[in-house]
Amino acid sequence: MTQFLDISGLCARIDADGQEKEILRGVDLSIPPGEVHAIMGPNGCGKSTLSYVLAGREDYEVTAGSVTFHGKDLLEMEPEERAAAGLFLAFQAPIELPGVNNANFLRTAVNAVRRARGQEELDAVAFLKTAREAAKALSMAPDMLKRNVNVGFSGGEKKRNEVLQMTLLQPSFAILDETDSGLDVDALRIVAEGVNRMRSPQFSALVITHHKRLLDYLKPDRIHVMAKGRIIHSGGPELAEQIDTEGYTRFLAEAA
Amino acid sequence: MPAVTETREAVEKLGQSSYKWGFETDIDMDLAPKGLNEDTIRLISARKEEPEWLLEWRLAAYHAWLQMEEPKWAKVAYPPIDYQDAHYYAAPKKKPGPKSLDEVDPELLRTYEKLGIPLHEQAMLAGVEVPEGEEARMPVAVDAVFDSVSVVTTFRKTLEEAGVIFCPISEAVKDHPDLVRKYLGSVVPTGDNFYAALNSAVFTDGSFVYVPKGVRCPMELSTYFRINARNTGQFERTLIVVEDGASVSYLEGCTAPMRDENQLHAAVVELVAMEDASIKYSTVQNWYPGDENGRGGIYNFVTKRGACRGARSKISWTQVETGSAITWKYPSCILQGEGSVGEFYSVAVTNNHQQADTGTKMIHIGRNTRSTIIAKTISAGKSDSTYRGLVRVLPKASGARNFTQCDSLLIGDQCGAHTVPYIENRNMKARIEHEATTSKISEDQLFYCRQRGLSEEDAVGLIVNGFCRDVLKELPMEFAVEAQKLLQISLEGSVG
Repeated sequence: MTQFLDISGLCARIDADGQEKEILRGVDLSIPPGEVHAIMGPNGCGKSTLSYVLAGREDYEVTAGSVTFHGKDLLEMEPEERAAAGLFLAFQAPIELPGVNNANFLRTAVNAVRRARGQEELDAVAFLKTAREAAKALSMAPDMLKRNVNVGFSGGEKKRNEVLQMTLLQPSFAILDETDSGLDVDALRIVAEGVNRMRSPQFSALVITHHKRLLDYLKPDRIHVMAKGRIIHSGGPELAEQIDTEGYTRFLAEAA
Repeated sequence: MPAVTETREAVEKLGQSSYKWGFETDIDMDLAPKGLNEDTIRLISARKEEPEWLLEWRLAAYHAWLQMEEPKWAKVAYPPIDYQDAHYYAAPKKKPGPKSLDEVDPELLRTYEKLGIPLHEQAMLAGVEVPEGEEARMPVAVDAVFDSVSVVTTFRKTLEEAGVIFCPISEAVKDHPDLVRKYLGSVVPTGDNFYAALNSAVFTDGSFVYVPKGVRCPMELSTYFRINARNTGQFERTLIVVEDGASVSYLEGCTAPMRDENQLHAAVVELVAMEDASIKYSTVQNWYPGDENGRGGIYNFVTKRGACRGARSKISWTQVETGSAITWKYPSCILQGEGSVGEFYSVAVTNNHQQADTGTKMIHIGRNTRSTIIAKTISAGKSDSTYRGLVRVLPKASGARNFTQCDSLLIGDQCGAHTVPYIENRNMKARIEHEATTSKISEDQLFYCRQRGLSEEDAVGLIVNGFCRDVLKELPMEFAVEAQKLLQISLEGSVG
């Protein structure tokens, strides 16, 4: 059966300082609709690269494998087409856009995606109302919509802003790349609640994290361990507990 | 880097297609013979039924011009201009003199309609005939200048009631000779520079504004310049005088048809602000920039200067420069009155083979005078853009202050951006600050926007508009929207 998201034998490399570096070495992963999966793994194992390759960043060259999303070849699509098709990436380090008003950016993005999906565009008033409600639910200060995109935001504010964008863009599949890093306990709970509010039979997520705490809130359906560019182990939510106490050593040894 | 290749390809693809104002209007013209000599000047003066003093003034300027050399210090390159190979007078064949809208050639009205310039007073006053999806505009009085001649000026009645004079300068010469004679050439003298001298000799029309004591001009004033005829230069002259405690906001826009040959535009703008007066002068310059190979386009050699004569007077220049093959332009302020204020906000965009050398001069003469310069330069394609500015503080200008910020944004790797600030301070109690940055649109920013669903082009537009925000917010509301769209169109295909 075709899954909602199917990654098969995915290999990708990056050209770093004239040297080609293989980062993904055959990733296999399927995520059914309505499920939240988590990826854990040591630094440099390729987690972020996987998220960039799925989102369509051009610096990476896909050398083998395939990705289908809603039955379509994801790798053939431009980044903005992937966004319109329902893919969202919450950046590990959100980018600053000086001089670009946050509300204006969000509305431009929401309407670009709505246009591509054949939906009616939102006018400024309707959009602002929705945006304010969504920001409030994430305990964001009202002036964050007026400020420039991510400029002068604290680490926590940036992460909340990512979740706000996700809420407004209504993706069917979200990749959260270490959205929990740099968050205090309260912020973590607020962000996790924001993600949980998205959960529905039509929404799936891939959560990249180092910490069990976020997973305690999100209660993922599956957890995958990634090492050296491949998924080396998959299991249920109990895996998080095990990694938290034992680390990755055992999985790495088994895979070797 | 793949993005760079893409940029190059995208820029190469970009052609004239993006210049939407390049059409030509077929209309009967009254043309002076080609060439520049005393006879040409006498002909212009006679056609305009000018008084003797103005003819003498023109001839003096012409003789000064003959002795002068074209300035070569700007960072622009172009083949020599043959000043004898152009018509110095071109006017739509129609009886001269003031016109009401009903008398204007419908073909002309259609031209301005096509350009999106509102010339219908009633429609705008009543708020009807607003195209679907567009917000109702505030009434704006417009002086429409077609080639060398002002074809219509709207809202004159309303303005007259307020005591404001807004009319073609040729008409002001007849109706308000004392005012014109007193102020014409008082800020930019006939022999000021090569192009100003040329303009003084052959100027044909332009706008005249006079705001009397204590009057706040009740609406925005604007002039739309249109070059249409072939082988003509456009030499318009604008004079704005604002008396004590009065204020005005003025906007000029300009377009031209697409042609293979280069056309010369050498305008002079003079502003005079008396005590507590304020003048806000905004420009959206969109002359034809030439095609993707640098063929054709307008040579825009313009002298703009404002004199803050009275205490606490204020002159603010805002310009969005997207057009012209070559731009040579330095709107300046002479800060004479004590506590007077000069401002210069500029966005200059160059793409393909465009060249721009633009900036300002702030001359601090009076005590406690202040000036602010914010210049944003965006270069794409194979274009070259230079900010050239002078801040001069004279010995008596104690307490003078200047703040200058110059930011350059590069798109692609074949364009250039340069900043040439001159600072001359002769008063130890003055404070002068200068900041400058150069940046590129980063791959990270583009990817971030595209991941949110924006096309590459929209992403560039958004980032560029963000970069220019400090300047765009100085424009009158409705023109700011126009300017934003224009920025995006000018950079179409220049992604990188």
